[in-house]
Amino acid sequence: MTRITTLAHQLIAAAAETGEHGAEEGAHAIEPGIVDGPLVELAWLIVVVPLVAAFLIAFFGKKLPMKGWELSFGSIAFVGVYGTVLFFVNATEGIVYEGTLEVAKLGSYVIEWGWMVDGLSIMMYFLVGVVGTLVFMYAKGYMHGDIRYTWFFVSFSLFAGGMLVLVSAPNLIQLIVGWELVGVASYLLIGHYWEDFANVDAANKAFMVNKVADAALFLGAIIMAVSVGSFSFDAVLDVVVNGEAGALSQYAFWAGLLIFIGAMGKSAQFPLHVWLPDAMAGPTPVSALMHAATMVTAGVYLLGRLFPFYLDVSGMFAGDVRNIIIIVGGLTLFLTGFIAIVQDDIKKVLAYSTVSQLGYMIAAMGAGAYTAGLFHLFTHAFFKALLFLGAGSLIHAVHSNNMSDMGGLRKKMPITFWTFMIGTVALVGIFPFAGFFSKDEILASMKYAGGHGQGVANFILVLGILGAFVTAFYMTRAVALTFFGEYKGTAHPHESPKSMAYPLIGLSFFAITAGWVNIPGVYTGFTDWLATRVPLTGIGDHHPEGFDWPIVIISSLTVLLAVFIGWRVYGKDAETQIARDRIRIPGLWTLWENKYYIDDLYMSGVVRPIMGPVARVVLWVDMNLVDGIANGVGVGALGLAKGVQAIDTAVIDGAYNATGAGTGGAGTILRKSFTGRVQQYAAFSFVGVIVIAVLFIIF
Amino acid sequence: MTLVQFLIVGAALFSMGLYGVITRKNAVLILASVELMLAAVNINLVTFDVYLQDVLHSGQIFSLFIIALAAAEVGIGIAIILMIFRNQRTADVDELTLMKG
Amino acid sequence: MTVTVSDFFRESANWAFLVIAIPTLYAGWRTVSSNNIVRAVLYLVVALGGSAALFFMLGAEFVGWTVVLVYIGAVIILFLIGIMITRAPLGQEADLSHDRNVKAPAALLSTVMFGVITWGLLDAFSNEAIAPFEPTSTNELSLLIFDRFVIPFEVVSFVLLAALIGGIALARKDEEVAS
Repeated sequence: MTRITTLAHQLIAAAAETGEHGAEEGAHAIEPGIVDGPLVELAWLIVVVPLVAAFLIAFFGKKLPMKGWELSFGSIAFVGVYGTVLFFVNATEGIVYEGTLEVAKLGSYVIEWGWMVDGLSIMMYFLVGVVGTLVFMYAKGYMHGDIRYTWFFVSFSLFAGGMLVLVSAPNLIQLIVGWELVGVASYLLIGHYWEDFANVDAANKAFMVNKVADAALFLGAIIMAVSVGSFSFDAVLDVVVNGEAGALSQYAFWAGLLIFIGAMGKSAQFPLHVWLPDAMAGPTPVSALMHAATMVTAGVYLLGRLFPFYLDVSGMFAGDVRNIIIIVGGLTLFLTGFIAIVQDDIKKVLAYSTVSQLGYMIAAMGAGAYTAGLFHLFTHAFFKALLFLGAGSLIHAVHSNNMSDMGGLRKKMPITFWTFMIGTVALVGIFPFAGFFSKDEILASMKYAGGHGQGVANFILVLGILGAFVTAFYMTRAVALTFFGEYKGTAHPHESPKSMAYPLIGLSFFAITAGWVNIPGVYTGFTDWLATRVPLTGIGDHHPEGFDWPIVIISSLTVLLAVFIGWRVYGKDAETQIARDRIRIPGLWTLWENKYYIDDLYMSGVVRPIMGPVARVVLWVDMNLVDGIANGVGVGALGLAKGVQAIDTAVIDGAYNATGAGTGGAGTILRKSFTGRVQQYAAFSFVGVIVIAVLFIIF
Repeated sequence: MTLVQFLIVGAALFSMGLYGVITRKNAVLILASVELMLAAVNINLVTFDVYLQDVLHSGQIFSLFIIALAAAEVGIGIAIILMIFRNQRTADVDELTLMKG
Repeated sequence: MTVTVSDFFRESANWAFLVIAIPTLYAGWRTVSSNNIVRAVLYLVVALGGSAALFFMLGAEFVGWTVVLVYIGAVIILFLIGIMITRAPLGQEADLSHDRNVKAPAALLSTVMFGVITWGLLDAFSNEAIAPFEPTSTNELSLLIFDRFVIPFEVVSFVLLAALIGGIALARKDEEVAS
């Protein structure tokens, strides 16, 4: 069942020989220390435990003392512990393992269920587990007294399980299963307060937009699998790494593009980003875990899993798609940041921020920076979850999402204030907080890519720097409006309970330190940890030797400038500033306020036509054709029934009666043979004897 | 002497006995026809015994048993006929149709 | 060893056979077709006697004498007693057989039966000869009966006992029901 076998050793040798990239480039072929043993062979528990918990909570949750939270928290804590253990073991020894169970066989395609335990998956297990544990802890307090407390945790555990299915998948089929599971969980959780129709609409929007992208994902996955003859990532990446020309290289561009479109949906890239801000209708823990840290990163994960395909060292595969990827990522990171400037709802600010940061990750992938993109995924999970939980704390206190109802809360909610500040600084990217390292690495990779054959990366680099400015600007605005100035609301805000405060502190710790695992030139453990992957192969991405000082200086200055300007604009008297800006830059402001009219475009271009004319046509078809058929079937069935009844009376009853009459008649006739004359009986028996004798003689 | 000549005699007697069983009206004569059939069977048995030169003479011994049993059967049969006669005052089987269905 | 028809008539034993067999067959036929009841039974005597003679021809002396003693001696007597007591119609014109409607099918049946048996016999044993033999010694037979076949012998004894008792029970007059 373990796939590592000799494949790893072949690939280590092959990777070590990749000529052009040499030793200083990413030909990191790590000899893995752990390839089997109970630690990895039991890793399927990581996936199964949350799903089982969800199932159990669904049936028994209400009867438990903590209404099911204990099962939910227990399962995610288990994942957290296991994930942490795997993380550390991978860091010290390196783990490469793929466990599989054959589930079915369709023709020549083997469908397997499996669990990958390699650097990439372990990072995700760690993220889901640790961030998940903290968020679940937070949710206990936040969701207290909620109308559907138990069901919330069913969906939440289901999400955790689904996400783990996704990141542990050794093949495209299981990945898609996990993809859909998290989509369902997202739908359930966004629509948690379904009494309000707006929430239902948001849930539907999320599901529909994702479904459009999923269609592309399915097509891409099918093309990829049929070209290679297997759904397994191993098989696909084997073909890529060995540079085999064939069906895959022929269709690589389309497969790569379609799969990327699928990733665009899940990771909310422009223009399929529209669902994420609306998804803020869900409870804040959901926003923190799913729509910041984990689910939305699934697209980045997918690109990471298929990275050799996109990096395309041999030039035969999906290398051309990378330009599309980087442009989409760049547009996303740049354009959506501006929308965050004009939002009043604090969760929407963070939502657009998430979309923007996802744009950074995707753009990094597009630039061929595997480690940089995933590193940002890693750090972003911590500080964005932290920011969301902080926002939840604020919302919980003032009973409103809007920043115009907040203000001056830094005194009243100190823990929330300080942790939110830490998160902000991490997000903005100021040394030595987490975001600094990851964002800088992305920018450095883009510069490198720009200088090494991907000219468009230079343009995206500029967008990236400008985006950092915008990020710092709107976060400063958010902080100023929320924590400084005068309290503008009517509630009595107070600090959150401990169950909500501790996770904030926990995440703050990570927001500070998570960046220190990959300091170029000093300690690049993260790069190595990610490099152990199935199939074992050097990724071939560029690993910077040290800080790219020009980039560091430019980006840091940009960010500080933005903070300064933001503080100047919003720090003192926030409300009048907002009003003034609206007048000062009316065109842009309206544009941003209307989210570039993308939603309106979708509404009038897609939704209304479907709701209007298409719906009318469908209604006509339904009423006339379908109902007509149904009615016709009904009439037909009635006629058939009458016919059957006729047959029944005539034929079947007739047959019964005939049989009865026949038996009676036969009896009447045969009775005559009971003559009472023994001789007759004897005669007849001898006739029988003769017959038997003849038969005996003949045969 | 051929085997078959004895057997044909036996077969003929058997067939005649059968004819008699079916045809005769008087119960006693029916019994007599049955006796004829049994005698034919005996001829068969003894013939085969001699033909096969059976060491155990099972054919002859079996025919002895048949003779004994036939005698017993006739005794009982006559007794039954007597009973019926006492009851029905006739030995004519045509009139013994109490079993008629 | 097969025998042809001309061989058949050359052997003197076969002539003796024919002398015995033909009257036997005729007697058998008359048993079932005679209109005189007493004659019918007496024809049976002849048939049985003929079969005994055939047994003698085959060397089965003990069986032959047993036939004479038991069948002709006792069974026929029973038949005659039966005839007398049931006031069977004596005399020539007695209507002892069923009419033509029964006789014809019965004749057909018997003929078919005879035909089938003969066909089977000829098919299996055509012209097989009986090897020369020694007459069966009574000593030998009796030893076999009381040695190998002692159990059937005992069983038959019981049957005879049962028949004896049954006959007596049947032939008793009904007793008056005690009042």
